[in-house]
Amino acid sequence: MPDTCPAPTSLYAAHRKVYPRAVQGRVRRVKWAVLALLLGLYYTVPWLRWDRGPGAPDQAVLVDMAHARLFFFWIELWPQEVYFLTGLLILGAIGLFAATSLFGRIWCGFACPQTVWTDLFLWVERRIEGDRNARMRRDAGPPSRDRTLRRLAKHAAWLAIAAATGGAWVMYFHDAPSLVLHPGSVSLQTWFFFALFTTTTYVLAGFAREQVCTYMCPWPRFQAAMLDQDSLVVTYRDWRGEPRGTPKDPGNGDCVDCSACVQVCPTGVDIREGQQLGCIGCGLCIDACDDIMRKLHRQEGLIGFETLANLAASQAATHELEPGPARLAAGMEARRPPRLLRPRTLMYGGVLALVSAVMLGALLMRETLSLTVLPERAPPFVRLSDGGVRNAYLLKLADKSRDGGRYTLALDGVSGLRLLVQDAATDAAGLPVLPVRGDGVSSFRALVTAGPGLPLKERQPLRFRLLDAAGRPVATESSVFLGPQP
Amino acid sequence: MARKPETDAATGVATTGHEWDGIRELDNPMPSWWLYTFYASIAFALIWMVFYPALPFVRGLLGNTARGDLAAVMATEQAKAAPMLARLRAATPEAISADPELRAYALAGGRIAFANSCAGCHGAGGQGAPGGFPSLADDDWLYGGSFEDIRTTIRHGVRNGEDAEARGTAMPAFLQAGLNMAQISDLADHVLSLASTGPANPAGAALFTDNCAACHGDRGEGNRAVGAPRLNDRIWLYGGDKPSVMRSIAYSRAGVMPAWEGRLDAAVINMLTVYVHALGGGEQ
Repeated sequence: MPDTCPAPTSLYAAHRKVYPRAVQGRVRRVKWAVLALLLGLYYTVPWLRWDRGPGAPDQAVLVDMAHARLFFFWIELWPQEVYFLTGLLILGAIGLFAATSLFGRIWCGFACPQTVWTDLFLWVERRIEGDRNARMRRDAGPPSRDRTLRRLAKHAAWLAIAAATGGAWVMYFHDAPSLVLHPGSVSLQTWFFFALFTTTTYVLAGFAREQVCTYMCPWPRFQAAMLDQDSLVVTYRDWRGEPRGTPKDPGNGDCVDCSACVQVCPTGVDIREGQQLGCIGCGLCIDACDDIMRKLHRQEGLIGFETLANLAASQAATHELEPGPARLAAGMEARRPPRLLRPRTLMYGGVLALVSAVMLGALLMRETLSLTVLPERAPPFVRLSDGGVRNAYLLKLADKSRDGGRYTLALDGVSGLRLLVQDAATDAAGLPVLPVRGDGVSSFRALVTAGPGLPLKERQPLRFRLLDAAGRPVATESSVFLGPQP
Repeated sequence: MARKPETDAATGVATTGHEWDGIRELDNPMPSWWLYTFYASIAFALIWMVFYPALPFVRGLLGNTARGDLAAVMATEQAKAAPMLARLRAATPEAISADPELRAYALAGGRIAFANSCAGCHGAGGQGAPGGFPSLADDDWLYGGSFEDIRTTIRHGVRNGEDAEARGTAMPAFLQAGLNMAQISDLADHVLSLASTGPANPAGAALFTDNCAACHGDRGEGNRAVGAPRLNDRIWLYGGDKPSVMRSIAYSRAGVMPAWEGRLDAAVINMLTVYVHALGGGEQ
């Protein structure tokens, strides 16, 4: 009985370096535009200024760890409002799912930082070491002064970009101009994160590249769950291309097996093998193949963004036809416009709309002044010598604006309760006036006393109202007055 | 042992031979850099063990310990607090309370000191506990509720037998001092009537004048100098029902509190004074 299994091989695969060839075309132009936009935002946003008045940072986007504040233009968030960040992450995740089910791995191919920075590093590499063939020849050839100098120049340029990347990262956490003007005053932590992000950029975009996508990143492993027959994915139209071979033979399909699609692939896969984990959906093989098809005066689109449903339909329509214009026409005829509205995409869209609405509502209804009343529980109430009962409350006034102010505290509920706030003055009407500092939490201790003989239940609802100078309520908070069983 | 290697038909990749419900694991090779990263992390762990105290009873080459880190942080914090504590030590509780900065510091520090030293008997919020641990949050004071009174009580304690200036005198156990149970019952009725929680008892009133008024006052108004509690209010240290009052008269009860001077820093005693005064019962 013949043994069909392959010979034993090493458990570990040797690294095969990928030398992606330069390519021009529509997809490439879109990728350059996305790259310019994303990197432009990343490097310049820390430099935008936003005047918040004296004592506050004037950086438009800043995560101020030391003072536990997040600044985003006109928004200033406190740590307890981290749910806005959670909401953004949920939006990001659902948006990623929706985009993937509609258009395949466009995140991986166009917008992922790993792709964007690798693209930039590849561009630098080509400018210094030449395109694919020159690089392969130089790497395979003997050591030379020219090769060493080019390599040095390439790594220097990479390190410069990496340092700019790490530098921009810490600028989101530290005032950008003072970071550049006074690097000596920067803390060790900042230097650590600068070095960390410089190193990761240099290593991941310069060396690890496609290894990140195929071995490190979890997203390619489960993004297949978002894809279905109607998702647009980068696809080789095998019904049109096969059998591959020289254009001189009329029995061959449109694929001339020139391997242009493989040479330009940043992950080094062969798209003609079908959907695979290594394909990040960047579409550069589309540009490469279209270029070849134009030179051969054949119709473009042997590789294209296509749904698997269309691929199967074209396959079914053409499997009995011989290669040639008739087969191409029949295959293209069988295609249908991609179904964008599917239960899956509608659900993603619904969740996106819901989360967006909740977040927008929360942001619009966000109060800058909040009153929290914490009744003291040890003891729940104090029996006074005249037989009266007293409750104590911790009042916390959080003023998220930077103005501060003085507010009057009023008590609603049972008449006859006396309100006293420790360490606070009283106004003409005898109500406590609380001085509240801006951009912080002011705490007060309030004592509410019921004189003897006041008919009280064991639990008596109460409401604290905070009034501004004009007497308008700016915040209210319900609480409870506890007493002995009547 | 000869396991027959299999090849997956769809991919042409050998399988590991492991099978779960008909699903077989492909034997795809890992990249070799992954292996080297693994070796590098083992090497890093060894280096870490040498420099950092990762093994028991062995000091790392850098000599740092978590205990040492804590000691350094504590020293830094104590150095930061030292000027404030010096001011708190030098000032009287009244002066501390009048200065907003010192008062805020004393209230925060007093809360912690109270939880450390006082809450065991007086409760987390100074609410006291049944059986002779007085509430510090009400408006009744056995020895006075001014800043100075409170500080004196904290410094010297109550009936502790260790501090000559300790507060309080002992009340006689009247069952042994000549009263019988019927008389004690009459007395208890009168004591409860002082607080308007029971009917008058003329026999008890006469006994009260003879035996109790010297310390507790004619109308039960109490005497802070000897720590005789006020009896004509609604606050009872040992319970306000008749059996509890009778037991107090018959057998006498006297609480004890340690003297905190010498145990606590003067600054801490001052902070505690301000904190207890602010609990709700402070007097001027």
